[in-house]
Amino acid sequence: MTRFEQELKNNVFVSSFCTRCDKHVWPPSDMCNSCFGNVIWRPVTRTAKLIEFSSKGDEVFGIVEFEGSIRVMGRIMTASALQIGQMLNLTECNFDGKAKFVLAPIV
Amino acid sequence: MRRVGIASSGLAEFSKTDSTLESLMLSSVKPLFDSTKNLSQEDIDVVLTSTNSDSKYLSNVVSELSGISPKVSHSVESLCNSGTNGIVSAYSYIASGLADVALVIGAEKSDSPGLVLEWDVSRGQYKHPIYWASMFASAHMRKFGTTMEDIAYVSAQNHNNATDNPFAYFKKTFSLDEIMQSKNLTDNLRLLDCSMPCDGAASILLASEDVIKKFTDKPVWISGIGQKSLSAGFTKNDDLACMKSNVQSSHRAYDMAKRTPDDIDVAELHDAFGICEIIELEDLGFTKPGLGSSYVSNLYETSDKKINPRGGLIGCGHPLGATGIAQTIEIFQQLQGTTKKRQVDGAKTGLVHNMSAAATSSTVLILES
Ligand SMILES: [Zn+2]
Repeated sequence: MTRFEQELKNNVFVSSFCTRCDKHVWPPSDMCNSCFGNVIWRPVTRTAKLIEFSSKGDEVFGIVEFEGSIRVMGRIMTASALQIGQMLNLTECNFDGKAKFVLAPIV
Repeated sequence: MRRVGIASSGLAEFSKTDSTLESLMLSSVKPLFDSTKNLSQEDIDVVLTSTNSDSKYLSNVVSELSGISPKVSHSVESLCNSGTNGIVSAYSYIASGLADVALVIGAEKSDSPGLVLEWDVSRGQYKHPIYWASMFASAHMRKFGTTMEDIAYVSAQNHNNATDNPFAYFKKTFSLDEIMQSKNLTDNLRLLDCSMPCDGAASILLASEDVIKKFTDKPVWISGIGQKSLSAGFTKNDDLACMKSNVQSSHRAYDMAKRTPDDIDVAELHDAFGICEIIELEDLGFTKPGLGSSYVSNLYETSDKKINPRGGLIGCGHPLGATGIAQTIEIFQQLQGTTKKRQVDGAKTGLVHNMSAAATSSTVLILES
């Protein structure tokens, strides 16, 4: 299991980050994709912007963006209508063979 | 650079079979040999295989099974785009002078490991292709007002076209109503909007302008090639109402061929899902952004076979490694004027568009008679 996956399993969302280039390296990697230097694993701020969404029955899923650059697909728990661009909280992340991200609107 | 042309082709029916991948490949190589004048195994300098299967040393295995001892032999894997990537590689060997004749063989089994890109953790738990397709559909609907009915036209038309293609997986038409009523996989994607994995194989023979006349009196030239790889992870595609790799690869192909979208008489587009064809028509310049929906309904209303006369991936099935080659064969045959009921009258210039993994990469070929 990778560091990224281990942290997810503990409900911690980390991304690889290059301190020399001062940027996230996403999707996660052991090396920076600009300078090929080593990365550190930095927790990602747990608020995200809603980019796009759809649903499958009652299950709403979509693309969300963290810190202006890290996009993931996750499940969105909501009882009300969503708006593109609205902010969501990452309420849960996990790893069970697949990365899992669960979000909910900030109320 | 030397000109490179397509000399001949071979197809195996897309279906579900008990055949091995190697057997499937051979079943498309045989009709290619049967239909090519003066071709013997000794003529072939390069054998490339395109597939997402886990088979090892496949191009050498299939070369041996075909009695070919090529100078260059290897596999090309690039998910759905493998076949067209294989053709571009073969083109490069010939154009550079390293080879004169190349055989590209693509095949897939329906349970291919290439159906899902496991690496892409940014897709989270939504790794199946229906989820990225659903995101594009949401974005296009939001930006342009595209409807579920608009999307249904793609499937209806491509299934109609496929009924004139003896190699297609689907043999029947579906009404707009049947498509609209088919099972919802997500709230904007129905079962009949999807291409289906199946078994299939396709082979194509490329040759240099110096030798191609030995094999055919009607070569079709590859006059433009554009490829673009944006990323592998889906979520780097920023505007989801368009597919940026399509725009960039098609510009390169048009520039190389000194052609514009208006010059294209017939095209095969990668309709992995109905919404893809609508977006691609816009990306490739066949119509303006936002008008892809009216373009596809018009194709259907007027029984116009200009786009996906073969039946597309939706009508033909989608054996990944074979798809790009089968698409190219359709345009090759259209430009030779041999596609019978599918024929677009007077087609002289054609286009092939193929892509992988949520349009993170794409390939466009322009062919001319
Ligand atoms: Zn760096």
